[in-house]
Amino acid sequence: MPKIPRPGPLSRPAPPGERVNGGNGNGASPVDVAKDAGADTLGWIDERTGGSSFLTGMLYRKVPKGTNWFYTLGSATLFAFTFQALTGVFLAMYYTPSPTQAYGSITHLTNDVWMGEFVRGMHKWGATVMIVCIFLHMGRTFFFGAYKYPRELNWVIGVVLIILTLVMGLTGYLLPFDQRSYWATIVANNITGTGPVVGPYLADFLRAGPEIGATTLARFYAIHMLLVPGLIIALIGAHLYLVVKLGTTAPPWMKAARPKAAARKEEVG
Amino acid sequence: MADEGNDKQGAPKGLPSPDPAGYFEGESMNRRAAFTIGVQAIGGLAGAAIVLPAIGFAAAPLFEEEDQPWQAVGSTSDFTPDTYQAVVITAVEDIGETGKTTAFIRQGNPTITANQTKYPPETSDEYIAISTRCAHLGCPVNFVQAAGNFICPCHGGVYGFLGERIGGPPVRPLDRFQTRVVNGQVEVGNRFSVTNSLDPVRARDPGEFTGGVWEYLYPPRPSVPPPP
Repeated sequence: MPKIPRPGPLSRPAPPGERVNGGNGNGASPVDVAKDAGADTLGWIDERTGGSSFLTGMLYRKVPKGTNWFYTLGSATLFAFTFQALTGVFLAMYYTPSPTQAYGSITHLTNDVWMGEFVRGMHKWGATVMIVCIFLHMGRTFFFGAYKYPRELNWVIGVVLIILTLVMGLTGYLLPFDQRSYWATIVANNITGTGPVVGPYLADFLRAGPEIGATTLARFYAIHMLLVPGLIIALIGAHLYLVVKLGTTAPPWMKAARPKAAARKEEVG
Repeated sequence: MADEGNDKQGAPKGLPSPDPAGYFEGESMNRRAAFTIGVQAIGGLAGAAIVLPAIGFAAAPLFEEEDQPWQAVGSTSDFTPDTYQAVVITAVEDIGETGKTTAFIRQGNPTITANQTKYPPETSDEYIAISTRCAHLGCPVNFVQAAGNFICPCHGGVYGFLGERIGGPPVRPLDRFQTRVVNGQVEVGNRFSVTNSLDPVRARDPGEFTGGVWEYLYPPRPSVPPPP
C-alpha cells in the first residue's frame, strides 16, 4: 500500500532569514519548491486548523475485531444521501414548483435536457436505495445490539433520521405533479388529518389551506429541498460525531477476550 | 458568590478582603448576572421577532376565509331525480386543472325518502350536489349507474344513492355542496359535511368522523362557513 503523504507534527516555523528550504524558497531550487508545494499547502492549512490530528483520529481510529461488511451500511446510506443532495441540486435548476408548470418542467427536464432522464432517474431510484440502506443499517444496529449503553442517544438520532428520510420521500413524491403524485399526496394529507384534535390543523398546515392549492406544491418543495435536508445534515453530523467518539461495537458472536466472571467482577467494582 | 474575588491578586493578607468584583454595598445581584439576564432577554426578543412572524407566515392559510363563489352548473332541466349528472366545478381558483373537482348533481327525490325516518325528506324543487371526495382519504368516487352506488377506486368505500356510507373504510357519508336555483340555473356553493343521518355540519376533511362527540375531536377549521 503506498504511503499516504501527510504533514508531520506541528512545529513553530523558523524565524525569517533562518529558513533554508521552504518558506520563500530561499536557496531551494524551483524543482524542490514545486515538489514540496502539495505538502506545504497541506501544512499551511494544518498549522491553522489542527485538522490533521482530527482527521488522523477519525480515520485511523481503532475498530473492534470482527468488524465486517455489515458495518458499511451506514456509510452506504451517507453516500446515498450525498448523491440525493447532488442530483437534487441539478434537478432544482430546471424544476418550477408551480401547479400549472411543475408537470411541464418535469417532462421538459426528462425528455429535452441532455442527460436529464439519467439525473432524474438517479434521484428517483437513489431515494429507494437510501430508504433500503437506512433500514438495513437500522436492522444491523438492532440485531448486533449496537444500540445499547452508551449508544442509546445515537439510536434516537438515527430514528429521527429515518423519520426525516421518510418525510423526504413523502414530500418529494408530490413534486412531479402527475396523477399519482397528486392523489398520493391527497391520501397522505388526509391520513394526517385523521389524528384527533390536532390532526385537522396539521393537515391544513401541510396543505396550506382546505384544498391542495397554489401554495401546497411550493410548501412541499421548500420542505423537501431546504428544511428537511438541513435537519438531516445537522443530525448526520451529530450521528457521526457520536460514532467516532464512542467507537463501534464488536459483532455479538465475537467471544469476550476475558472470562465472563472477570468481566462481571470488573463491572461491579 | 459573596466570596468571589477574595483571592484576587494584590489583596494583602490580614486586611479585610475587598468587595467582590462588580458589587456595590447591599446589592442583591452583581453586574455579571444582570448582564447575563439582560443579554439573554435581548437575544430572546430578537429571536422571537424573527421566529414568531415566520411561524405565523407559514400557518396563515389556516385562517383565510374560504367562501366559494356560486358557480352555475346547468339548467334545472338537465337534472333528474333518478340519476346523477357529473359536473366539473372549480374548488381552487387560478391553478388550472389542479383546482377542478367533480360533483354529482340530481333533483330532489321525495319518493326515496318518503317511507323512512332516518334521513331528512327531500322535495322536488331542491337539488342535491354530492362531492366526489371520498370520506375515507379523499380519492375521487364514481357513481356507478348499474349498482346505483358511489364506489371509491382506492380502498373500496361504497356509498348508497343518497351518499350514505354502506361499506368499506369511510367514516361518514359523502360531503355535499350547497345548491340554489337562480333564473332557471342550478348553482353550486360551499361544501359541507353530513352526519350519518345526513344532517348538515361544517365541512370536515376526509377521514374525520362527524356527529356527536366527534364534532369536538375533529374540530372544523376556524374559517369554515356554517352549514345550510
